[in-house]
Amino acid sequence: MNWLTNFVRPKIQRLVRPREVPENLWDKCPQCGHMIFHRDLAKTLSVCPHCDHHMRLEVKARLASLFDGGQYQRIELPKSVVDPLKFRDSKRYVDRLRDSQAKTSEQDAIVVAHGKIGGTNTVIAAFNFAFMGGSMGMAVGDGIVAAAELAILQDAALILIPASGGARMQEGILSLMQMARTTVAVDKVKEKGLPYIVLLTDPTTGGVSASFAMLGDIHISEPGAVIGFAGARVIETTIREKLPDGFQRAEYLLEHGMVDMVVHRHKLPETLATLLGLLRHRGPAGQVLSLPVDIPDSFETDTGD
Amino acid sequence: MNFLDFEKPIAELEGKIEELRHLSDSDEINIAEEINRLQLKVDKLLRATYSKLSPWQKSQVARHPDRPHLSDYIARLVSDFTPLAGDRSFADDKAIIGGLGRFRGQSVMVIGHEKGHDTESRVLHNFGMAKPEGYRKARRLMEMADHFRIPVLTLVDTAGAYPGVDAEARGQAEAIARSIETCLDIRVPLISVIIGEGGSGGAIALAAGNVVLMLEHAIYSVISPEGCASILWRSGDAAKDAAEALRLTAQDLHALEVIDEIVPEPLGGAHRNPEVTISTLGDHIERSLKTLCLIEGGVLRARRREKFLAMGKVGLS
Repeated sequence: MNWLTNFVRPKIQRLVRPREVPENLWDKCPQCGHMIFHRDLAKTLSVCPHCDHHMRLEVKARLASLFDGGQYQRIELPKSVVDPLKFRDSKRYVDRLRDSQAKTSEQDAIVVAHGKIGGTNTVIAAFNFAFMGGSMGMAVGDGIVAAAELAILQDAALILIPASGGARMQEGILSLMQMARTTVAVDKVKEKGLPYIVLLTDPTTGGVSASFAMLGDIHISEPGAVIGFAGARVIETTIREKLPDGFQRAEYLLEHGMVDMVVHRHKLPETLATLLGLLRHRGPAGQVLSLPVDIPDSFETDTGD
Repeated sequence: MNFLDFEKPIAELEGKIEELRHLSDSDEINIAEEINRLQLKVDKLLRATYSKLSPWQKSQVARHPDRPHLSDYIARLVSDFTPLAGDRSFADDKAIIGGLGRFRGQSVMVIGHEKGHDTESRVLHNFGMAKPEGYRKARRLMEMADHFRIPVLTLVDTAGAYPGVDAEARGQAEAIARSIETCLDIRVPLISVIIGEGGSGGAIALAAGNVVLMLEHAIYSVISPEGCASILWRSGDAAKDAAEALRLTAQDLHALEVIDEIVPEPLGGAHRNPEVTISTLGDHIERSLKTLCLIEGGVLRARRREKFLAMGKVGLS
């Protein structure tokens, strides 16, 4: 039966079904329902020109929009362990991986690139939601570790851009361990005094939100992004109550003290450039602080208690 | 312009000037002369009044609705101001505003109380009375500044920390204590300015700086004159007496060495000329900042701690 339904039937259907118009020429805004021509949508960086709804932005367009002049270099990520648990649900995990790789032409759900933002050297690790919902497994963890190491090596700022449902279940406990691994990685950057900024995009949930994504020096979110730990549906069925409007949205998090600002996608390059400028180019006086100065005897200079 | 009770004679004269100005369309030269004469009189009266304001009068000036507030100072003194929000645990308290910006070429972290300027904004900012989340935000931002070796500038203008059940439930006292502790712990220059009202714990939470500046007619006290009067005099009417007794003026606090510098206000108080007030303060801040930035972080911290340990050694003569 399996062979018949999975292989033979689609083949027959493909022969019989009329040829479809090319897909993806028009996108429908999930908020206002307007149909938007794909070229218009590319121009607005997937922000609906009618209602300003921020749709998910494809990762390469995202990188090009943030780096100065759209110029950046991607780095090759290390080969990660594939399917450590030999996992299989309705489909084998290796097959799911292969499908996603074919669909996205990427190895896994993260892209690491470096370039300049407002003239400041910056490393970005951005999640690719199109790749298995941006889920975090070994390869994503490796990507984040690599991005952190690169930032330290280049004395650059680090920006992480999660767009992820959470940990990748197919890698079981090893995906859970990425929460600890990525925490170490970003802490190393912070220990070097380099800025670590998180740009929270839709969605940032589960194990991703509960690790590196909530540890930034500065948290910026795109409008309307869903950010939270447990999924809204899980909460609803647990507490048996209807959740308030706007629950777990970026604005809700701003009000609840979790993010510093909610910034329109078109304003992001400018905001990041300003922040990085303030943190990295502190002005003449800021530089002087690092110089060794003779410490008068009368002052104790204990290193903190 | 809002006039205070003791400014009545000034208000009358200025009213007359205003009337004459409206008449001056009917090109009589005498009117211009009369206006000049009255203006001189106003200036004289202002000088006389403001040179010997009583502590209670100063309390009123410090709370004057037209007095420049934090957002006015930020708008004029700080470029690229990028507000940062939230305590990362409960809420964003809009009674305290903080963020990164550039002050005369130097990156700074600016933190302060905002009272608001009309009914809507006053409610939004809770009249400048912060809850625990406000002090926790302040602490977070000071720690961030310390981490990136960016000097901190705090502007204090609050009647006090918000007294409420919810604030107590979330640990108002703990939040203020940690904020003071952070002020005293950071290894970057911390310059604090009392720009209006320095109300009690809610004020010192942000004001334990290497240098504490205070505007000429600002007040800084352990309790509001009204609060003190109702507790010790058992009558709110004694606020005037309490204001005298508390020694809350910049001049007294300078003599007590609680503050380091008095920043002069323009004739008739900050509210009569916000622009000059703000740029004068800017010059004072810049001077302190330049000195402090030459000092190594550990020494800055040690000196700040020594300074506050030594508080109270000097009495009023």
